[in-house]
Amino acid sequence: MDHKKADIAMIGDRDSVLLAKAVGLQVFDETDTEKAEKLIYRLAREGCKVIFLTEPLFATCTEAINKFKSETFPAIIPIPDSHGASGVAMANIKANVEKAIGADILFSEDR
Amino acid sequence: MAQMQVKPTRMELTNLKKKRKVAVRGHKLMKDKRDEMVRRFILYVRRNKELREQVEAKLGAAMQEFVLARAQMSTEAVEEALAYPARPANVTVDTQHVLSLKMPKIQLETTEGFDYPYGFMTTSSELDGAVQQFSEVLPMLIELAEVEKICNSLADEIEKTRRRVNALEYVMIPQFDEAIRMIKMKLDENDRGNTTRLMKTKEMLANRQ
Repeated sequence: MDHKKADIAMIGDRDSVLLAKAVGLQVFDETDTEKAEKLIYRLAREGCKVIFLTEPLFATCTEAINKFKSETFPAIIPIPDSHGASGVAMANIKANVEKAIGADILFSEDR
Repeated sequence: MAQMQVKPTRMELTNLKKKRKVAVRGHKLMKDKRDEMVRRFILYVRRNKELREQVEAKLGAAMQEFVLARAQMSTEAVEEALAYPARPANVTVDTQHVLSLKMPKIQLETTEGFDYPYGFMTTSSELDGAVQQFSEVLPMLIELAEVEKICNSLADEIEKTRRRVNALEYVMIPQFDEAIRMIKMKLDENDRGNTTRLMKTKEMLANRQ
């Protein structure tokens, strides 16, 4: 059991991440996929535990995300950007359910 | 199904029986593990969906408020106001082993009250609202991060375990059964052959006298 202090980072376009800065997150203003991926690797190396990515970036940075998917940390989590939620994150949850259970039991309830 | 190539000997039979026993036991354990993981997964994924919906709604509201604030204030003023955080947000992380899975536990270090990182002189009330709302979402965001990570790793692990269970149930164990049956039949056949041969020789000996 290791108790470590760690910080939270947020990567996204300027409008979306500025607000996070006010509450004390590490904020990176980046919209380019390649640079964002490099940033994710760097943050992971530096021991960042939670990285919030805006949804447009989350959809494109698949390589870095898949790399860290099987590891406990960092947790890379999509969040809606200033244009609102695009449904990438929800689709992700849905894909998880389908992968684990074989059928979509969660979202079929709503319909 | 491809058959196992085995020598029809007693030793092989004992070995196979042992292997089959292990496979059956492993299958049962795996199946139990899978069932438990699915149960947990369902709990977590429900929570995940709930949280995600709430976060999306609240964050959307905060962002909208922020857009309004930006419209009212100059870009420089907004950036100046937000450039330096009142206090860095820290999390304590921990891992927990559940069903041979490393599960993250992320906790936001509690911050009582809330300070605006800027003075009220040059900023608009919309900015206050946006920052306030965002700081309210933060604990939820952290919980979401934890739950979502758990869901991801659970889903991966469930898939793997299911494959193993199925491989054992539908490939390994039937193969062992088939091989054991084959060896038994061969040995029985040899036995019968022996008996008849003995009977035959006995008869021949009796006839000669």
